[in-house]
Amino acid sequence: MPETNTLIDWPEEGVTRAPYAVFSDPEVYAAEMRRIFRGPVWHYLGLEAELPEPGDYRLIDVGDTPVIVLRNSDGGINALVNRCAHKGTMLLFEPFGRVDRLMCIYHNWSYDLEGCLKSVPFARGINGKGGMPGTFDMAENGLDRLRVESVGGIIFGTFSDATPPLETYIGARLMPNYRRMTSRPFRVLGYYSQYLDSNWKLYFENATDPYHATILHAWATRLKLNRFTMEGAIEMSERGWHHLSWSKMATDRDGEVYETEAFRSGGGNFDEFGLHDASVIEQWDEFGDGITTAIQTAFPNFVLQQIHNTIATRYLVPRGPEGSELVWTVLGYADDDEEQTRIRLKQGNLIGPSGYISLEDGMVGSLVQKGIEGDKDKSSVMEMAGTSIETIVNSRASECGVRGFWTAYRALMGV
Amino acid sequence: MATLVADSAHVPAAITALMAEYVHAIDDDRLEDWPDFFTDPCIYRIATRDNEERGLPASLVWCDSRAMLLDRVVSVRHANVFEPHRYRHMMSAIRVVARQGAEYRVHSNYLVTRTMRDGTMAVFSTGAYRDVIVVGDEGARFRERVVVCDHGMINNLIAIPI
Repeated sequence: MPETNTLIDWPEEGVTRAPYAVFSDPEVYAAEMRRIFRGPVWHYLGLEAELPEPGDYRLIDVGDTPVIVLRNSDGGINALVNRCAHKGTMLLFEPFGRVDRLMCIYHNWSYDLEGCLKSVPFARGINGKGGMPGTFDMAENGLDRLRVESVGGIIFGTFSDATPPLETYIGARLMPNYRRMTSRPFRVLGYYSQYLDSNWKLYFENATDPYHATILHAWATRLKLNRFTMEGAIEMSERGWHHLSWSKMATDRDGEVYETEAFRSGGGNFDEFGLHDASVIEQWDEFGDGITTAIQTAFPNFVLQQIHNTIATRYLVPRGPEGSELVWTVLGYADDDEEQTRIRLKQGNLIGPSGYISLEDGMVGSLVQKGIEGDKDKSSVMEMAGTSIETIVNSRASECGVRGFWTAYRALMGV
Repeated sequence: MATLVADSAHVPAAITALMAEYVHAIDDDRLEDWPDFFTDPCIYRIATRDNEERGLPASLVWCDSRAMLLDRVVSVRHANVFEPHRYRHMMSAIRVVARQGAEYRVHSNYLVTRTMRDGTMAVFSTGAYRDVIVVGDEGARFRERVVVCDHGMINNLIAIPI
């Protein structure tokens, strides 16, 4: 664990509070990049399905660091910092492609797919004059590498030697859902992202917070697609760092509380809300277990999602203290038939920046960012279901997932 | 010099009228009129240029009936919640790229600004409309309108159609 620091004066209540200052302070942000994003965590780097052939690569930002993820000539996956050892120039800038070596455009320093420096132009000078000194060691000037693990077709990387193996990191409690969703090879259906005017942690708080889901996202609640009165749970990983929230649509009981309590998301306090074309929610039991929503997170910034038949990964790129980019990869499975693909594409209306049940998520973060601007010495309050970070079965009226996020945050930040 | 399609210079008045009415209806917040610009069934998608060029089918919005378009409007009005804002569409370079009887394939460019209630204004989206338009006795309708955004990154959210 990193040593404690005095950067943040955490409220004595602990993880039921998050001090507003952490959402905008540049020094806190710099410490996060160092202690969390370079720390003992696994970062989503992409999918095996994106890199079918040797030399195929994709780019991704891990915190502030640009990274090349590629399939090497042995069929393995390498993750290399996208930065020439000479001057620091980015080597690749097309987001996807295929290469047989990595050559910097600036002075043509050239690396193999393992990141080893192979050639430096004019290393011996011209006519015996100039060139690199005899002390220059090519082997000492390769590209920085991340440690890589790939489980179930999803590639993760870490900068730290202290990060436990990926399956240990996710933990035995949450690996079953991970396996459930990665049991077949993925097929990429597309990409999009959202720029959010809010600190990265405000979106990740939202992703670990099922409490808001049936209240903020009125669309799904009114159509009775997701209500807390359905069978479901919030499952927490062993250390509380990651969470899984799931529910079964077909098991709703006593759901009229949304109407009797006059929630905005209930049907009773607005005009009758129904669908004119219900084909948008046409669906099949994706994994044969009746679970219609499963949101799994991995600290600090990864979401694996099943919402009906929409399968997606989401990851968050911090863009300075008060901005972030949320990147979606929309998925199916390689063995989907045409009809299943059509249903997934149509259900795509539910997710993403135009999603009926997701378009509010980025927006609330910016409302928080604006709301807290003038009072950096105050804190949020997260006491739903007490103070614990334990699994809660047959209720999702809990903020244990968010408290789990802050538990991990405090451990790595030393605050 | 690029070859000109024979019909590209001749854009029927019914088509330019449809395209103008469409953007005015959205910009004037008459969203309830929006589905009527389409045939039924129809295709309306908001896609990104990167996905389209790579043959990736996922879209931000994916509707194949007038009723689905109506559901988008009802949802914007009654279910979804977001900071209020208005669009202003600029549209140009309308080009007929193919014609088969009464059915025209039409490409054009667009730029949309988004103005928030606090007065903040910014370019929100730019890209191309890829349309299939049917011209009949009662004017023109979109059989297909694919909005291809040049950008894969959306500023926060898209609630109102483009």
